[in-house]
Amino acid sequence: MMAARFLLRRAVPALRHARCYADAPSAQMSFTFASPTQVFFKEANVKQIDVPTLTGAFGILPAHVPTLQVLRPGIVTVFNDDGSSTKYFVSSGSVTVNADSSVQLLAEEAVPLDSLDLAAAKANLEKAQSELGGVSDEAARAEVLISIEANEAIVKALE
Amino acid sequence: MRVSSLIRVYLYYREIMMRRLPALYLRLRRPAALTFIEVNMFARTSAAVFLPQCGQVRNMATLKDITIRLKSIKNIQKITKSMKMVAAAKYARAERSLKPARVYGTGAMALYEKAEIKAPEDKNKHLIIGVSSDRGLCGAIHSSVAKAMKTEIAKLSGAGKEVMVVNVGDKLRGLLYRTHGKHILINCKEVGRKPPTFTDASIIATELLDSGYEFDKGSIVYNRFRSVISYKTDEKPLFSIDTVANSENMGIYDDIDADVLRNYQEFALVNIIYFGLKESTTSEQSARMTAMDNASKNASEMIDKLTLTFNRTRQAVITKELIEIISGAAAL
Repeated sequence: MMAARFLLRRAVPALRHARCYADAPSAQMSFTFASPTQVFFKEANVKQIDVPTLTGAFGILPAHVPTLQVLRPGIVTVFNDDGSSTKYFVSSGSVTVNADSSVQLLAEEAVPLDSLDLAAAKANLEKAQSELGGVSDEAARAEVLISIEANEAIVKALE
Repeated sequence: MRVSSLIRVYLYYREIMMRRLPALYLRLRRPAALTFIEVNMFARTSAAVFLPQCGQVRNMATLKDITIRLKSIKNIQKITKSMKMVAAAKYARAERSLKPARVYGTGAMALYEKAEIKAPEDKNKHLIIGVSSDRGLCGAIHSSVAKAMKTEIAKLSGAGKEVMVVNVGDKLRGLLYRTHGKHILINCKEVGRKPPTFTDASIIATELLDSGYEFDKGSIVYNRFRSVISYKTDEKPLFSIDTVANSENMGIYDDIDADVLRNYQEFALVNIIYFGLKESTTSEQSARMTAMDNASKNASEMIDKLTLTFNRTRQAVITKELIEIISGAAAL
């Protein structure tokens, strides 16, 4: 009798854990995309999101495996339920995919792609590349490299 | 003539002598010997009748004193009114930028809530970040944060843990350094003059990470904005990299290595500090608006009362001078 109760108690947590996965068939993802100054999506239902991360770009659909990633400068594409897509440029940030299919995309700076100017981006890229030869300090060098990477990504996205 | 009117004439005589001819009065007054009138007074009346009237005549504020006081209170009212306007404008701006910041902040803390990360109880190194500002005249904003921090420090020190404190805002430093000076790790100044930005939060976080204090568990104490007239001192937890990495629910998160986790944690720290800063500024501006509004109201009340006193005093002075003239004329 006691043994049976013990077994039951031991079994339940495992059962609950297993049930946790099977029991979340949410075809909806609750998508939150924000920068410190602006909110683009708040707990919205979207079909797919493409994010650029340090380990590569990948797409997130509902019921994606939970993960944490850090963003790199690049394009975020959001595919809405009706099939249209919007592109944003993000500078850096983090993306969290939770077990209940909620996604939090927090970008340090994010702008819609059409508010970026190709000519200015090219000019900045050239300036940064020319500066690369001249800096010796570690921190300054890192800054210039980041600037190059960001500008390259903007130019690639706009072309 | 009745005794009471005798007293009054005598007192007016003394008043005039004291005010108009002070030197003469002092020479004429012989403290040791009593004049005939005074002896009569003491014989017939009690000291209780004598003294209060004398006190009233001597200490009653002159018209000039009241005018000076009235002018200064009117100036104060103007200042508090303008401070209220400034605080109202800043509050409107802060509240508008708080809306996206709130979404951002809740998004940043979503991981910790959904993964139900809890720090183990036996950890020793604690960190408390108190968020306030440099400027006063905002009600109980700074003291409520300082009080929460002090109780927290006392609780943790009593349990034998090591606690260090980061003060964002000069007022907190003033409130804490005397009693809890040895717990202070970093002080931040020039907070509150301009609206806080993400850059400010990242500077604070960088300083904290560079300081080398490897905290196991932390919390940020700030004033959460509830409405124009109310705010609440709240606390949100901060977790260290080890706590997050070793938490049991982190296993379900795929493809995480130490580097990614460290970057993620640092970014999350900045986000939480940014969120605390935004909420605190909004609460502070609304509290300052309320405080200055109350000050202006109190000042107008005082002005009303003083104006009444002024008019009464003015009438009393005129009446006195009339009496002097009349009694002088009657004596002729």
